[in-house]
Amino acid sequence: MQLNFLAIIGQVALALFAEIGRVTAFTWSAVSHILRPPFFWRLLSQQMMRIGYFSLPVVALTAFFTGGALALQIYYGGNNINSEAIVSTIVALGITRELGPVLGGLMVAGRVAAAIAAELGTMRVTEQIDALTTLSTNPIKYLVVPRLVAAVITLPLLVLVADIIGVMGGFVAGTASLNFNPGVYINSTVSFLKAGDITSGLIKAGVFGFIIALMGCFHGFHSKGGAQGVGRATTNAVVSSSVLILASNYVMTSLLFAK
Amino acid sequence: MTKDTPKIELRNVSKRFGSKVVLDNLSLTVSPGKSLIVIGGSGSGKSVMLKCVLGIIRPDKGEIFVDGKNVLKMSGGEREETLRKFGMLFQGGALFDSLSVWENVAFGLIQGRKMKRQAAKEIAYDKLAKVGLGAEVGALYPAELSGGMQKRVGLARAIAADPDIIFFDEPTTGLDPIMADVINDLIIASVKDLGATALSITHDMASARKIADEVAMIYKGQIIWKGPRADIDNSGNDYVDQFIHGRADGPIKMEVLKP
Repeated sequence: MQLNFLAIIGQVALALFAEIGRVTAFTWSAVSHILRPPFFWRLLSQQMMRIGYFSLPVVALTAFFTGGALALQIYYGGNNINSEAIVSTIVALGITRELGPVLGGLMVAGRVAAAIAAELGTMRVTEQIDALTTLSTNPIKYLVVPRLVAAVITLPLLVLVADIIGVMGGFVAGTASLNFNPGVYINSTVSFLKAGDITSGLIKAGVFGFIIALMGCFHGFHSKGGAQGVGRATTNAVVSSSVLILASNYVMTSLLFAK
Repeated sequence: MTKDTPKIELRNVSKRFGSKVVLDNLSLTVSPGKSLIVIGGSGSGKSVMLKCVLGIIRPDKGEIFVDGKNVLKMSGGEREETLRKFGMLFQGGALFDSLSVWENVAFGLIQGRKMKRQAAKEIAYDKLAKVGLGAEVGALYPAELSGGMQKRVGLARAIAADPDIIFFDEPTTGLDPIMADVINDLIIASVKDLGATALSITHDMASARKIADEVAMIYKGQIIWKGPRADIDNSGNDYVDQFIHGRADGPIKMEVLKP
């Protein structure tokens, strides 16, 4: 019994290290292909449309309602005399530093990592990825690199939009239901927010974009066994990219804001 | 390279997945300009053998030569150069469903050989005509085609770049007997047309008898018999006899639990 238990721990550990090894090798091969020609510009712009542009509505809505809810929470929780300044500052900092990139990243992970994993997974099980090789086209270069680069470029842009709309959400909630003075709210937002608050969020967004596309591609590429395998790959892509986003966010916050 | 150099030679190739041995010290040669058919049951290692030659799967042991050069010791560039000699028809067609039919056929020319789109398009329509598909099919998408048409588009794609060597993976599986014979005729015509060397795997004996110059039988990851097509009915090999007559009883035991 005890031996069985140890054997299970051993098996899990081995499987975990094997997976880490596979992800590392895959990442290395993908990154090394980013810099080497040929480049597929048409595919890159196509992916930027799919990953970036079409994610705008969901990211914008998320940011808007989060900013609004945040404003209400701070107001109800704080009950301060000087609440216009406090609410607007905390909303702006919260959105730009944490909630914009993290919630934006998680929403895009659900949308994009799943779509990538399902598409590449289907291509894998129907031998389309093997067919690329026989047609003198490197599948990593043709399929993975455009998605990876597109996600790293578009995620910060998406988060920049999310920052603006999130702050606006706070503004709308503040002025419409808390009767704040619009001029004072905007003034204190602008005067407290620093460029570093925004850029730190955008750096995070770039990393999240990399994680989302990498996990989508990795799980799609390694899916096997028909429809069920593709379904599993899709689930794994969303779960692993979400967890990695949250974990890497913690690490980046501690590095970027360490005094 | 002398005239006797085999086009393709596998020497003592072994491959296992986990504890399952798929190829076991397999050796096989294909002479230039000949059509060799490898017959064998499901799970006998046929597909893995093809994928080893193409470099999609790396064997654990052994050597693989194409035109006398060991493909397993090649650099990335040499390997891509060698892959240009190959065309492959996949079992399920493996057509790219995001591209139209003509773009599928022209894919290797445009992506692999950097041909201009217009020139490649003309060749693509020419090859489609060769497999009996009219110009109206070119603009359709693979999902809009029947199984037989998809196979023919796959064949047109395989021969688009005028390959030296063509692989056929179960070319007639899943087709009705008449369409299967149409495909057989097209394979014979296109291989003869190109003067190519053909290596096919199948379990369809009617197809094997029709398109083979030579026949080899694979069983448990080894080549157990090889000879000219005419000898197949008196091979003196019990395994071959059982297979070509499709008997459940014989030396080959299927892993089926008896009720």
